[in-house]
Amino acid sequence: MFSLERWQEVFETISKNKLRTFLTGVSVASGIFILIILLGVSVGMQNGIEEQFERDASNIINIYPGETSLEYKGLNPGRRIQFTNEDYELALSNKEEVERKSSLYRIWNGLVSYKKEFGSYRVEGVLPDYQFLENASIIEGRFINQSDLENYEKHIVIGNRVKKDLFKDASPIGEYISLSGLNFKVVGVFTDPGGDREEARVYIPLRTAQVVYGAGNNIRSMGFTLPKVDDYEQALTESKEFTAKIERQLKAKLLVNPLDTSGIFISNNIENTKEIYQLISAMKIFFWFVGIATLLAGIIGVSNIMLIIVKERTKEIGIRKALGAKPMSIVGMVLHESVFVTAFSGIVGLILALALLEFIGPMVDLDFMVNPSVNFNIALTTVVILIVAGAIAGFFPAWRGARIKPIEALRDE
Amino acid sequence: MIEIKDLHKSYKVGKNALHVLKGINFSVKEGELVSIMGSSGSGKSTLLNILGILDEADEGTYHLDGVPIKNLNERIAANYRNKFLGFIFQSFNLINYKSALDNVALPLYYQGISRGERNDRAMSYLEKVGLAEWATHKPNELSGGQKQRVAIARALASHPKVLLADELTGALDTKTSYEIMDLVQKINDEGKTILVVTHEEDIAQMTKRIVHLKDGVIINDEKVEQVRAIENV
Ligand SMILES: Nc1ncnc2c1ncn2[C@@H]1O[C@H](COP(=O)(O)OP(=O)(O)OP(=O)(O)O)[C@@H](O)[C@H]1O
Ligand SMILES: [Mg+2]
Repeated sequence: MFSLERWQEVFETISKNKLRTFLTGVSVASGIFILIILLGVSVGMQNGIEEQFERDASNIINIYPGETSLEYKGLNPGRRIQFTNEDYELALSNKEEVERKSSLYRIWNGLVSYKKEFGSYRVEGVLPDYQFLENASIIEGRFINQSDLENYEKHIVIGNRVKKDLFKDASPIGEYISLSGLNFKVVGVFTDPGGDREEARVYIPLRTAQVVYGAGNNIRSMGFTLPKVDDYEQALTESKEFTAKIERQLKAKLLVNPLDTSGIFISNNIENTKEIYQLISAMKIFFWFVGIATLLAGIIGVSNIMLIIVKERTKEIGIRKALGAKPMSIVGMVLHESVFVTAFSGIVGLILALALLEFIGPMVDLDFMVNPSVNFNIALTTVVILIVAGAIAGFFPAWRGARIKPIEALRDE
Repeated sequence: MIEIKDLHKSYKVGKNALHVLKGINFSVKEGELVSIMGSSGSGKSTLLNILGILDEADEGTYHLDGVPIKNLNERIAANYRNKFLGFIFQSFNLINYKSALDNVALPLYYQGISRGERNDRAMSYLEKVGLAEWATHKPNELSGGQKQRVAIARALASHPKVLLADELTGALDTKTSYEIMDLVQKINDEGKTILVVTHEEDIAQMTKRIVHLKDGVIINDEKVEQVRAIENV
């Protein structure tokens, strides 16, 4: 069907009907362009919403120790529970289910000073994943990493508030600050959507913290996230199953009565984020709707243009048929031309839109929109859909053209 | 070559049927040059369209080179038009965005002939009609007579058994008409069967046989002494 001869015929027709080809191309290209930009804006708004609402990862699960309220196996109520590294390891036996994980050792007030400046901040000994649990992002340097941890490095990542207090506008990276009388090297500065309150913190490697503060094996709490799923109900069910399992395991190990509600606290952020999930999924539905409507308009546009092309070419089709063109060859000719023009201009529109998003996307940082961008595969899929649908929609005008009776087409107006 | 018996054709006009061909019996042998005459509305074009498989009769039989032409689907009809017939129209019907050469080559495209051979053959027919130097020109750069020559070259290109021409000189002045008829006569001299529809007596006299249509029937069918067009140019 797409023989070399046909290609030559199509190229000839296209090159000799430049205006027609150009107009078809522009309408297809702009349709794809709008669609891709729309998808990008949708992603941007989603990012914006997530950033607005999420102080911490929306699906974070935190586990804290408490004080027992029921007797169990001969142990009196009122006993303080202490978590250790082993308890964290036990919780991690469910590792394959979790996405991010960290245990934590905390000092509420640590004295931090640099030259003449000083302040009292919350100090947290953490693991590398903690950044993601807190939704913190690095503005300079890096977060605590695995090697900091293993080598008991005295490295410190400070919040933006701390940086402003101690360093003003200077860069703190590589500087040494004193924390509880020991010198720590600043390796990063972070910002947190939780704002000043959560930026008035410093992070150091967990093991370093345990040594510096003589905590031995003890930890204060642990946090996890599960892989994200789009459906809220599913996310909720999965995380509830997960927490129930960990609770059972920890209670068994720490000898807490299974019915005790205060020995171990589990806070599951996902229960508070139903609205976000709903908002995001409503928005996704909205943008899909708009996107599909745009695509549909594009398809109708393409088939309209082809209907006009076929009408305009009625006489030519009549001549071709009088010369021996078979109906299928007329269909093939019209479709081949339109698929080629649609595909070509669709890809041009796609590239323009991707370039625009790539170029200005990262510069967009508004309250309601952050980094609009689009998944390349999704973008390519829409182009393929447009081409296929355009071909299907174009088939009917082509078929109509093929059925034109030559005498009617040739009749002098 | 052409054999028709008791051919009827009517058109629906509103609720009434307009009976245009009312039982035509007519045959053409190979190598004949026939003109079909008659007043306007007598059914000349209707008859020619049926002969050209562009339209279908309601009743009667039609054999083209021994092949019955009846109830053909579009595919086969297209195939027969391509193999058996060459058309020449009053209004030329060239494709205006294609060069003269490409227009002539078009029927060969539908025969599945490769581009190179197509162009060679098209060129030889353009030479035959005296337009080799005009091969790359578009129809709108050609005069009426030149356009009709291109159309004749195109009609010949597919080696048809029969050439059908409807008022082929209708849009041309007398001198040009005669030049075209001279070309038609030469093609006929080489043995090609040709039918021309005309209402001009002088053109009809340049054929070898005149068929008169009136009110959908043949009222007269006679051989004539052919006037050579070249003598009148
Ligand atoms: N598609 C059609 N529908 C209805 N009537 C038609 C159609 N085609 C032709 N006719 C009618 O049939 C009759 C014969 O038409 P035809 O075109 O065969 O005449 P003609 O002899 O070629 O005339 P002219 O010399 O004017 O070309 C005319 O009355 C015409 O109006
Ligand atoms: Mg007529």
